[in-house]
Amino acid sequence: MSLKAFHLVFILICILFCAGMAFWAFKTGASDGLGWGSAISCGLMSVYCVRFVIKSKTIIT
Amino acid sequence: MSNPLTKFLPFFTDAEVPHTVSARPDTGLYSAKVGIWLFLASEVMLFGGLFSAYIFLRLGAEPGYWPAGLLNVPVGTMNTAILIISSITVVLAWAALKMRQFSKYKLYMLVTILCGLIFLTVKLSYEWPAKFNHFGVFIKKESASKYEEFLGNKHLADSGQNPRWEITGHLLDAPKGSHYAHQAEHNAEHFAHETGRHDAVTAAEDDYVIQLDAVNANPSDKENDRPHFWPVPMTEKLAVISAKDVESASVFAPRHSTYFATYFLITGLHGLHVLGGIIVFLYLWLPFRGGASLYKTNPEHLANRVEIAGLFWHFVDLVWIFVFPIFYLL
Repeated sequence: MSLKAFHLVFILICILFCAGMAFWAFKTGASDGLGWGSAISCGLMSVYCVRFVIKSKTIIT
Repeated sequence: MSNPLTKFLPFFTDAEVPHTVSARPDTGLYSAKVGIWLFLASEVMLFGGLFSAYIFLRLGAEPGYWPAGLLNVPVGTMNTAILIISSITVVLAWAALKMRQFSKYKLYMLVTILCGLIFLTVKLSYEWPAKFNHFGVFIKKESASKYEEFLGNKHLADSGQNPRWEITGHLLDAPKGSHYAHQAEHNAEHFAHETGRHDAVTAAEDDYVIQLDAVNANPSDKENDRPHFWPVPMTEKLAVISAKDVESASVFAPRHSTYFATYFLITGLHGLHVLGGIIVFLYLWLPFRGGASLYKTNPEHLANRVEIAGLFWHFVDLVWIFVFPIFYLL
């Protein structure tokens, strides 16, 4: 597995992690700030993931 | 004059090492990539074993003996974000090399190294030292009723929660001959300076005096039933605990409890891996013959070395993605 593929797997796990952390923060009421921060991070990383897939097709050989 | 080391160590020779750039016909990969995946497989077994041990120790812990909410979650969250960012920058550094943009490679690699250094600095200069000045006293079960105002077990039983056997905070006075006498003296001076109170030291020689954490100062407060994201400041309330009622007492070091033993073992081992990654990245960033200077003679070889180091770094970050929730959140 190349770094490109492993990075993709890593980012997907991070997206799941952020989604889980947002869920945990809202469910336990630990911190709304953390919940929203995690939810936004989840969204940002999803966008980054898609951009990475598109860009790495043409740039990284 | 030839290098005398070449007689003994083939590593130092100028001999051509095969398949550093081109793929081996039998594996379809360059040799270092096969090597790093074999190494990462062994790492999976190492950390897998430790995580399994953690799970079984936690599941087998007696009710009330597995603490929660003792770690600084915002700091842990910040460190998690730093590691995720460093994983992105190491890929950008590799991509820059692939596109033969050396200055961008240097910049992204520098950011990666700085992220690793920040992670380690926060861990070693803030998180761990804070633990070594936090004290916990486990009360004997038969004596727990005497300390009900600090343990709140009636409230916990009424709300269907596990009992609490530990009183935590800053140690202000320790029994005579205790290892922690010096630390207690220092904390007592600080407490007197901050609050103007000089009642932290008792006349009795076998008492612990603890400046209480919020959870023990108001144990029946429902706010303390759930985990807090932001650390709650220590109160000015004091608890005087007789040594004969104490099952065990120590700072939050590995000897304190199974929880802290596993915490320090796993985060310490992870920290060593981060340190190893930083050293390799520094080698690839500085103008060593096999580091950044390799770009002049064989840029693809340098790109492959960065890819290998990047794979290791991703693994280390992935371990942290599992370490963070199990220790800090759950």
